[in-house]
Amino acid sequence: MKILLMGNPNVGKSVVFSRLTGVRVIASNYPGTTVSYTRGLMKLGEERVEVIDVPGTYTLEPTTKAEEVALQMLGTGDIVINVVNATNLERNLYLTLQLLERNTPVVVALNMWDDTEHRGIHIDLDKLRELLGVLVIPTVATTGQGIKDLVESIPKATTPEAPPRSRDERWAVIGNIIDQVQYITHRHHTWLERMEDASAKPAGGIILAIAVLGGSFLAVRFIGESLISYGLDPLFDKLWAPVILRLSSFLGGSGLLHNILIGKIIGGEVNFIESFGLLTTGLYVPFAIVLPYIIPFYLVLGLLEDAGYLPRLAVLMDTIMHRTGLHGYAIIPTLLGLGCNVPAILATRILESKRERFIAATLISIAIPCAALQAMIFGLVGERGWQYVVIVYGILFAVWIILGVILNHTIKGFSPELLIEIPPYRLPSGRAVLQKLWMRVYGFLVGAIPIILGAVAVINILYAVGIFNAVANFTAPVVTDFLGLPKEAVSALVVGFLRKDVALGMLAPLALTTKQLTIGSVVLAMFFPCIATFVVLVRELGFINMLKSAGIMIATALLVGGILNLTL
Amino acid sequence: MPNGKQVTLRQIRDGQSGIVIQIQGGHGLISRLNALGIRPGQRITKVSSTPMRGPVTVKVGNAQVAIGFGMANKIIVEPIEAGDGK
Repeated sequence: MKILLMGNPNVGKSVVFSRLTGVRVIASNYPGTTVSYTRGLMKLGEERVEVIDVPGTYTLEPTTKAEEVALQMLGTGDIVINVVNATNLERNLYLTLQLLERNTPVVVALNMWDDTEHRGIHIDLDKLRELLGVLVIPTVATTGQGIKDLVESIPKATTPEAPPRSRDERWAVIGNIIDQVQYITHRHHTWLERMEDASAKPAGGIILAIAVLGGSFLAVRFIGESLISYGLDPLFDKLWAPVILRLSSFLGGSGLLHNILIGKIIGGEVNFIESFGLLTTGLYVPFAIVLPYIIPFYLVLGLLEDAGYLPRLAVLMDTIMHRTGLHGYAIIPTLLGLGCNVPAILATRILESKRERFIAATLISIAIPCAALQAMIFGLVGERGWQYVVIVYGILFAVWIILGVILNHTIKGFSPELLIEIPPYRLPSGRAVLQKLWMRVYGFLVGAIPIILGAVAVINILYAVGIFNAVANFTAPVVTDFLGLPKEAVSALVVGFLRKDVALGMLAPLALTTKQLTIGSVVLAMFFPCIATFVVLVRELGFINMLKSAGIMIATALLVGGILNLTL
Repeated sequence: MPNGKQVTLRQIRDGQSGIVIQIQGGHGLISRLNALGIRPGQRITKVSSTPMRGPVTVKVGNAQVAIGFGMANKIIVEPIEAGDGK
């Protein structure tokens, strides 16, 4: 048996899903968090049944890729749990009626039930059950209230066999239902609603945006830096370095195994960035450089997501984003990209047209450095002076805008306009935020660290067999004459296909000038996506469009690198 | 009471309400707005607008919806004067 969770965007389907199955999925307070479906199993009596978290949709006439996924899923389900936002019953019932017109048994979960009371909304549950002809269970998924009742009601799901209706007929039925089951009493505005009013005004919105983004950046920097200098650096220098030195002398100080495990020991000291062994650089990069920034980044992102701030930022950014052929909502995949480009490119599914998705995915791959790469830029370029970090970010931002404008003018078609629901502000729950943070950090630990270690091992082997030298000599004209980098830097560009953080680390032992390091960082960020991003790009754009996108990336990276070489 | 005057959503003041009269767009736009509850006969309240051809935010039922500039120009409403019908 297959149970589908369906409903409007941002009504809490993913939270209900986690409650039913115990499978943790990312849930946030904005429409379009779920763009693909997630499967899980739950126990129903003696049986184990499949539950699917379907992307949110307002209607069964799809307008986005995410909504298309929802419609496709509907054909495969045996029972639909229609999750409905109790605070916005009228709008939510439109999809409910569409679902009832199909011949699938339905149970309605009237979620956010706790919110109705302080919003002055009163709903007559018995009357609603009677009029819809299906079971209606009030739930508060975030606390688990009503979930047990919901589970018990699943076997009793009924098919009311509603006749197919036209759009106007549906609204007439809904109007009739609302008149009979709901009445609204007056009540005062909460402080969160006053915040909503203030941030909807352009002036208040801009001030808030500057405060939020500036504050977020400072918080990430402060937490990241503190974790490194008070936690991880001392740990590696005081505890791990002596172990490495002992192991080094045990291994005889040289040889292939020594090179792969430890790398080069320079002047009797371990240099965790330059040694390039599995146990030195291979551990130091993910744990002591990248992880300390991943943690605060996803903490802050999680808070912004759950507070419901991101759609408001989208409205504010809409005018600027339109110049790049995107509408404001593309800011959400873009922000996700500052963590990791893979979920960011998946999240472009919330955009309506193929053209927008191509532009958004290409711009993210080129100009949005992931948290791992950013951490390395902070570490390596920041050492040379903060103005150079600002230059790197400034160039990437300029590329994002300029390339966006160019793509908007050269790719046929037009981009649709913004049309999004703005969720209410909610106070993020500490538990939910920490849980989401852990899921994302865990994703980094199991997804990225094996690739980082693999990359370090491969690098050592390729060096040992001399392949890098051959490639370096072959590409030397472009890299040295055009980009002004030493020819050894080409191996970093090659490794960039595996992991960009490790690749940037490979520039460290090359004794680059600050100008070269700046160019190297920019070119590496733009040149080509890492393998994980590459795979998801092929899947989301198709092979031909991926080739086009990659062509744009390589051309832009070389052009910008060349210009920087001439001008810096 | 509605005063019979018909204007676009762009033209009413922030904070003012209106009844949607017509959506001057193709099938796709009508369908998308309909799914969000913005349809002829529905009362909506303009919450805010953004300068430089930015989106308009409206309240419809208990939800807020942001609508792009061009779309907002295609939504024809009959304004309800402040103080009326509240």
